[in-house]
Amino acid sequence: MTVTMLRRLTGDEKHAPSAHSTLDVIRVLYERVLRITPATADAPDRDRFLLSKGHGPAAYYAVLADRGFIPEDWLDGMGRWHSRLGTHPDRVLIPGVEVGTGSLGHGLGLAVGTALGLRAQGYPRARTFVLLGDAELDEGSNHEAIAYAAAIRLPLTAIVIDNRSATHGWPGGIPARFPGWSVSLVDGHDHDQIEKALSVRDDHPHLVVATVEPKWS
Amino acid sequence: MRETFVATTTALLDEDPRTALVLADISADAFAPALRRHPDRALNVGIREQLMVGVGGGLALTGMRPYLHSYAPFLIDRAYEQIKLDLGHQDAGAVLVSIGGSYDAAAAGYTHQSPGDVALLDTLDGWTVRVPGHRDEVPAMLREAARHDDRVYVRLGVQENAGAHPDGQRLRVLRRGGPLVLAVGPMLDPVLAATEGLDVTVAYTNTPRPLDTEGLRLLAEGEVMVVEPYLAGTSARLVSEALSGLPHRALHLGVGRAEVRDYGTWEDHARAHGLDAAGLRASITGFLG
Repeated sequence: MTVTMLRRLTGDEKHAPSAHSTLDVIRVLYERVLRITPATADAPDRDRFLLSKGHGPAAYYAVLADRGFIPEDWLDGMGRWHSRLGTHPDRVLIPGVEVGTGSLGHGLGLAVGTALGLRAQGYPRARTFVLLGDAELDEGSNHEAIAYAAAIRLPLTAIVIDNRSATHGWPGGIPARFPGWSVSLVDGHDHDQIEKALSVRDDHPHLVVATVEPKWS
Repeated sequence: MRETFVATTTALLDEDPRTALVLADISADAFAPALRRHPDRALNVGIREQLMVGVGGGLALTGMRPYLHSYAPFLIDRAYEQIKLDLGHQDAGAVLVSIGGSYDAAAAGYTHQSPGDVALLDTLDGWTVRVPGHRDEVPAMLREAARHDDRVYVRLGVQENAGAHPDGQRLRVLRRGGPLVLAVGPMLDPVLAATEGLDVTVAYTNTPRPLDTEGLRLLAEGEVMVVEPYLAGTSARLVSEALSGLPHRALHLGVGRAEVRDYGTWEDHARAHGLDAAGLRASITGFLG
C-alpha cells in the first residue's frame, strides 16, 4: 500500500533514490515505534520524529498518508502551486511534520533542543528520533550536535541512512563520527532489525546506521 | 547592560518554568548560579553557535521560551542560516541577546565586531529589534519578551545615554524644532550634544523594528536624519517606505562599511565613523546646508 502511494508522487525524480532509501525506516517508525497518531499529533508528550534529510521526502509523505496524517489525494501534484507537499517538507503546511527541512545540517541540532525541551518539561516517556543522510554528516553543524549530545548524555536516537553518498567517505565508518554514542548497525530494508535497533532506550544518545544500496550503484 | 541582562534573565529562570537559557560559553561564568539551579533549562552548549540556535529552535518547538546569548558576530553573523531556518522557517521564536555589536570590542578587532547584525535580521521576517540606550531599559524588554513566542533581538552595548527612556518603543520626542533627527538607542546623547543650538526635532527609539513609521511620518516634515549605532543606512528602506509619496530628503548616519583596521576604544571607533558629537554635528549641518 505504501509503495503504491509512493508511486503516486511524481515530480521529484531527481531525488528518487534518496526518497526510496528511507522508506523502510520511516515505515517501521510509524508502524511499530512512534507513540503518535493523527489524534495525538499535537500532544505535548508525543514522540517526535524529525526528518533532517528533507530532500526526497516522497517516502515520508507516503507513510504520513498511509497513517492518516494527510489525505491521500495530497500525494498527487507534489511541488505544484497550491500543493501542501513540497520537494522539501514544511511543518507549517503538513500535519504531523515536526520540522521544515531541506537545507542539510539542521535536523540534529533541532532534535537536541527538542529532546532537551521534553526532558525539561517532565515527559520522560517522550522519545526524539532524527533521520539523516550519510552525506549530511559532512555539515559541521552536525558535529556540534553529536559532540554535545554525547557530553550531556542526552537520550535521543539518530538514524543515518547510509547509501554511501558522501563525496569523501568516512574513515573508520559512520560510527567513528559518533564518539560516546551507542551504535546499532542494521540492514536498511529489514524491518525486524530496524525495529529492534529503534527500540533501544538508553540514558545516552543512540545511533542507528541503516545500510541501503549505494546511491551511485 | 550585560550585568542587568544576567540579573533579569536569572530572575526570569527562577520565576517562569517556561523560560530557558542557551549559552555558547560567552557569559557562562556570570550565569553560573542559573546554570547550577536549573540544569534542565539553563544550558551551555560550549563554543557551538550553530547548535545554540538549533537547540533554541527545538526548545521553542516543545513550547518553551529560549533566551540565546553570545557576541553579536557569533550569535547573528555566524549562525545566520540557523536563525533563518531553525527559528523563522519553523515558525518558532526565541529571544536573542547580544553583546559586542558594532565596535564595542574595539581592541579585539573586526573578528569580534558586528555592525551588520540588524541589517542581517532585516533580511528576515518578523523580528522585533530592541536597542536599549541605557541599562535601566533592559529589564522591561526582557520581561516583556517572556510573555509571548515572537522573535526578538535585544542588542546590548557598552555605550549608554545619561538617562533611561523606558517608553522608547514608539518615537519619543525629546526636543522640538525643525527637521527631524531620529536617534536609535545609545546614539541619543551624542545626537543631543551634536544638535545643541540647532533648530531640529530630536526623537528617540529603542525599538527600531518594527520601526514606528506612523510617528516618523508625523514628525519628518520633509527632512529626516537617522542616526543608528549599526551599519549606516540599515533603516533606509523603512524610512523610504514610511515617507513614500511625500517629498523628502533623508540622511542616514551609522557605522561605515569599510573596516576600521585599528584598535583603541569604542570612543575611538565612534570618532572614526563620525558618530561622536563633533562628527555628527558636521554631517547634520552639512546636510541641512
